[in-house]
Amino acid sequence: MACIEARGLHKAFGTTVALDSIDFRVEEGRILGIIGPNGAGKTTALNAVLGLIPYQGELRVLGRDPWKERNLLMRDVCFIADVAVLPRWIRVSQVLDFVAGVHPRFDRAKAEDFLSQTSIGLDRKVKHLSKGMVVQLHLALVMAIDARLLVLDEPTLGLDILFRKQFYDSLLNDYFDRSRTILVTTHQVEELQHILTDLMFIDRGRVVLSCSMEEFEARYLEVTVNPDQVASARALKPIYERQVFGRTILTFDRVERGRLLQLGEVHTPSIADLFVAVVGNRAGMAQGAAR
Amino acid sequence: MNTQSNPASEPFSESRSFAIAVVNAARPVYWSIRRELWENRSIYIAPVAAAVLFLCGSLISIVRLRLRMEDPWKSPHGLMDQYELAPALIMGTALIVGVFYCLDALYGERRDRSILFWKSLPVSDVAAVLSKLAVPIAILPLISFVITVATEFTILVLSSVVFAGSGVNIAGLWAQSSFFRLPAIWLYHLVTVHGLWYAPIYAWLLMVSAWAPRAPFLWAFLPPFVVWGAEKIAFNTSYFLGILQYRLLGPGAGMAGNDHSEDFATTLIPHHFLSTPGLWTGLALATAFLFITVRLRRSRGPI
Repeated sequence: MACIEARGLHKAFGTTVALDSIDFRVEEGRILGIIGPNGAGKTTALNAVLGLIPYQGELRVLGRDPWKERNLLMRDVCFIADVAVLPRWIRVSQVLDFVAGVHPRFDRAKAEDFLSQTSIGLDRKVKHLSKGMVVQLHLALVMAIDARLLVLDEPTLGLDILFRKQFYDSLLNDYFDRSRTILVTTHQVEELQHILTDLMFIDRGRVVLSCSMEEFEARYLEVTVNPDQVASARALKPIYERQVFGRTILTFDRVERGRLLQLGEVHTPSIADLFVAVVGNRAGMAQGAAR
Repeated sequence: MNTQSNPASEPFSESRSFAIAVVNAARPVYWSIRRELWENRSIYIAPVAAAVLFLCGSLISIVRLRLRMEDPWKSPHGLMDQYELAPALIMGTALIVGVFYCLDALYGERRDRSILFWKSLPVSDVAAVLSKLAVPIAILPLISFVITVATEFTILVLSSVVFAGSGVNIAGLWAQSSFFRLPAIWLYHLVTVHGLWYAPIYAWLLMVSAWAPRAPFLWAFLPPFVVWGAEKIAFNTSYFLGILQYRLLGPGAGMAGNDHSEDFATTLIPHHFLSTPGLWTGLALATAFLFITVRLRRSRGPI
């Protein structure tokens, strides 16, 4: 069953089109990374999925209309929208009380168990916690909620590398069980590469790439080309070319691995590099067209 | 479990599931109100502080009365004054707290972005707005009632202690205070005026709080001022000001007529109050404001 299904999802703020009639589908049990430059429409897409903004087009989340049935939907959906949205005045014990009071699927013991592994005291106020601890607290709340969809919008923004690593480790080990779905946007793409099962690039309100990670690995290859073979490599129509330390690195889409092996070292590109290849090209083309 | 096989138990299970539905609907409101009290401790601290301050003054005054050997009830600055002042001070404090609470209630959560956290939980916008409305029209009046009763009781105890053995009849002191009659009037006043009559004012403040891009205080108080000025210039009339005065002073202001000595709370007999059209237009207006407030909270994100 599809967890999220969007057809012709469209959202404009005044004359600015944030989402340009996009289609996408997320199956249950997947971890989808939505990658895009600033202002590409990632947050707008997530807000539509969470029923925070009205939209045009068709959108079903867990079989519900998120705008019209947001209250019901929020029993099955959790989100960490940006960092530090926990109210600063609240105490850790109070936030546990409150979520336990209003959320039918919250397991308080689980949250307290998770918190006991951190240095967060129950009587501390959020404003006295460090940024990393606030995110840990929010994660403890979210992981104790038996939800079917978890949406993370830049969950690790501003955290140091240890907290970021810990965050994704907890998510994978203690939360993800292959029946839940996770949607995540981030600029720290490298840390996500081994976590994601699916990938979506958004640029200027449009989906420019949408594939599973298996497809991604099968389709895209990067070759560090031997200097004498650059010309023959270029003949295979790479989608992107860059120079690193005087060597040419070419990115190919759907070119047989065997042929590329003759040209140089072949490896799977990082998501970040592919992003630059796909979205950077588009930006270049647009600039060229504008000229 | 087997309701289908046993039709006799259906009405029971229906009422049971209805009860469960009511409890489930009330839970988020209950917790949201508790949440408001966690966040805004001024809701109870301010009236308590006012009462404590008043009691300090009251004690000094009682001791001075004793030293001058005056009759505490007959003296011009005696217990009668304190008796009338204490509720006014405590309820007035609650009123001011309520105004500032409302202005910040839906603005503050957008400013500190915590609205995103509240919206990530299964609490509807209706439940959120109603629990915020409950603070000025139910919680604050209730708190000020309890504090007022406690204050008056303390004044009586203090004066009993101070005047013990001075020849003043202590039992008469208690009898004259009508300690057991006044609370009913205060409660009635709080329910009718603070709860019902002022509801449109609080609803207006909540609506502004949900809408204002910044400075909710200005948005709440400037527009009425501008309307008054515009009306004055355009038609040289003051109908709008009249409406505002009527709303602020209460229906009792008109009913009491010229007899200023009469406390307007006591003129508010239920039958009179309920048949005042102003009450119902006010409540209709409050409902409209709240409806818009809920819509605004739904569509507005953090600032």
